[in-house]
Amino acid sequence: MRRFYAILVAAGLVYMLFMFLGTIVPYGKADVADRVSAHFLAKDVNSISPTKWVEGDKQVPHSERVYGRKGFEDGSANVVTSIVVNYRSFDTLGEVTVLFASAVGVGLILGGTRRMKYGRKPNFILRVSTGILLPLIILFGIYIFVHGHLTPGGGFPGGTIIAAAVLLLYLSNEEFSLNMIVSKSLEGSMGSLYVIFGLIGLAAGGAFLFNFLPNGVVGSLFSAGVVPLVYMTIGLKVGSELSGVVAEIHEEREG
Amino acid sequence: MSALIWLAGGIMIAAAIFAVEARKILDAVIAMSALSLVSVFLFIAMRAPDVAITEASVGAGLVTAVLLVTLFRMRGGDDK
Repeated sequence: MRRFYAILVAAGLVYMLFMFLGTIVPYGKADVADRVSAHFLAKDVNSISPTKWVEGDKQVPHSERVYGRKGFEDGSANVVTSIVVNYRSFDTLGEVTVLFASAVGVGLILGGTRRMKYGRKPNFILRVSTGILLPLIILFGIYIFVHGHLTPGGGFPGGTIIAAAVLLLYLSNEEFSLNMIVSKSLEGSMGSLYVIFGLIGLAAGGAFLFNFLPNGVVGSLFSAGVVPLVYMTIGLKVGSELSGVVAEIHEEREG
Repeated sequence: MSALIWLAGGIMIAAAIFAVEARKILDAVIAMSALSLVSVFLFIAMRAPDVAITEASVGAGLVTAVLLVTLFRMRGGDDK
């Protein structure tokens, strides 16, 4: 009876997944003019008609619709990123600091010298599928944070996906243990690189974490100035940091 | 679509109550994971893909794994 309920719950969840994924417009069928970008270029989500905007009928001149200072949200195609890593970048620095503090706490409490064993041999399916899936998972994580300014995502989810790949390695191999020196030095250098970007912005533009590079064309990979660079550093930092946390909860002290 | 959103919200509330009231900690952890998973569906329906990706990777993925490993270590400590 328990199995019956379990199958029922799983089938319900899969049905819900497909129903919610059905709300996404299929590839190639999307009306590109209906995307956020037209609203974003017009700085308005209500009164503007995106289709007419693309055809050239800019109902209200752009110059009259700039909120705040001009040029702050014009770079990246993903508006969330242009807020989080451009003019609210100091908040993101604080967020990274909070994560660093919690990782230091985990390292202080759980640090050890010996790797914890699960006490059973990982089965055949887990070992083989790890070999197949691991490069794909790491590649997906890197894609998420490199394309953070173009598509949904960014440094934090990308880094978490890389940490999940490291967790998969720990589960599938009883002997594996992460090289802590590499992860710690990558984490430290990437964290200081973020601050160095901020200081360069301070020297070049007069504000900490100022976007000192040209914005380029919206939608191309090298656009939005400093945003992709900052997201790459955040992605590598969060990835190595959470991988270190995953490694530390698998460590135990001698005796 | 609206009925499905209500259903998802109901499942989330039920999973949250079950996570608090469950007798075994393992059941509570799995209920928390299910809550995160259903909230990912809701975020997709509400056109918030950034939050959906973060919730799927952090809430439904890594936090559940960390809690399960912690549970395993606590069990191991009890045996010794």
